[in-house]
Amino acid sequence: MHLPRPRGPLSAAVVGVMSGRAVLDEAALAAEIEALPETVDVLVDDDFHLALWTLYELHYRPFDDASQDWEWEPGLIGVRRALEERLLAEVRFATSEWVHASMAARGDVAERLFALTEMVPGTALTSYLHREATLGQLLEYLQHKSIYHLKESDPQSFVLPRLQGPMKVALAELQYDEYGSGRPQQLHQTLFAAGLEACGLSSEYGAYLDLVPGPTLAVTNVMNLFALRRTLAAAAMGHLGAFEATSSEPCRRVAQGCRRLGLPDTVASYFDEHIEADAVHEQLAFRDICGGMAAEDPQVLGDLFLGAAAYLYSESLAGTALLDAWRDGRSSLLPDQESGNQSDLAAAVAS
Amino acid sequence: MTGPSPARKRSVVVTPCGDGGPVLVRGADVVQDAAGTSHVVTRPVVAVCTCEKSQRLPWCDGTHKAVQRGRRRRDDTA
Repeated sequence: MHLPRPRGPLSAAVVGVMSGRAVLDEAALAAEIEALPETVDVLVDDDFHLALWTLYELHYRPFDDASQDWEWEPGLIGVRRALEERLLAEVRFATSEWVHASMAARGDVAERLFALTEMVPGTALTSYLHREATLGQLLEYLQHKSIYHLKESDPQSFVLPRLQGPMKVALAELQYDEYGSGRPQQLHQTLFAAGLEACGLSSEYGAYLDLVPGPTLAVTNVMNLFALRRTLAAAAMGHLGAFEATSSEPCRRVAQGCRRLGLPDTVASYFDEHIEADAVHEQLAFRDICGGMAAEDPQVLGDLFLGAAAYLYSESLAGTALLDAWRDGRSSLLPDQESGNQSDLAAAVAS
Repeated sequence: MTGPSPARKRSVVVTPCGDGGPVLVRGADVVQDAAGTSHVVTRPVVAVCTCEKSQRLPWCDGTHKAVQRGRRRRDDTA
């Protein structure tokens, strides 16, 4: 994967430093992040989220054109921390209504988490993909999804050592399934890559990074915000549970959309697998992991709800961006400045 | 001298998931449905449908939540 094309001052500074073209002035950059103008929507801004996404990626896979030693460079960690503090404050503010309602609700923690997934308004994205989307739009959706699904479940693996006893066992059980249950060909990342290739899309890691807008990057950034910080482990697990609990029904709709549009069965099979897998995982995540964490330490309850609400809200913002673009007759992807356009690709798959 | 110990079979554990939700089954190789058809278990834990509305029987596909939503809506308007 190559370093992304910058989209503004923050991502230009981060990419400039990582490529060795600029010297890091951590204090100046942190001050700039703290003093971002109000016109910058920290929840979805392109430049903000590309900068943060690039910093997080240092913990996953190498950039061909940057030193791998940047991962633990104190100055870049400081910049990441400044971005994270802004994002965390915005996420807390945006989700406070649902977190408070869940805190005030009575009863079983798992049932309150399931109720929270019904509380945060979602989008009609997967219903649209099911019944109305064009082939080109469905291929766009897969490109958005490639940002996370080619490293599907990896962020949550960082949380394993931060859980103890039965909660660690439950997360390991869930992850074992995500990682193919001992069968490399069933690794979910590999299934998704095969689906991309079957549609004529690139399965190369990060291939579509320059095309996906801020709201899509924000979904994985919020996930990493929780998964990489030990003090937010409960938020990471609430996030995981909400992801799984809002997956089976949407995956069924997407699989039906893939079949309606005549896409290769490899793609629909990926979504089929998640209908069944995530019906299991939602129970493991909300009951065994989140329920167990709350029983052990009631102080984490607020973070469990924060993580769940943050996932639902970030996914809703990302889905709204896709639907808005399509309603306006636009592509939901950013213009590709290097190669052919998306409609060529759709035509090639259809032929 | 003793021979190799017999392969130890993991015991099957069944965990219910509340009203209308599935039962989680761990340690099973095969789940047999009401019609007697055997379904091979391929994951470490499976969710078996109990609401009978799943489109992927015998496995849970989350449809019980849609059923519960519908019931709540009816209760609200009643």
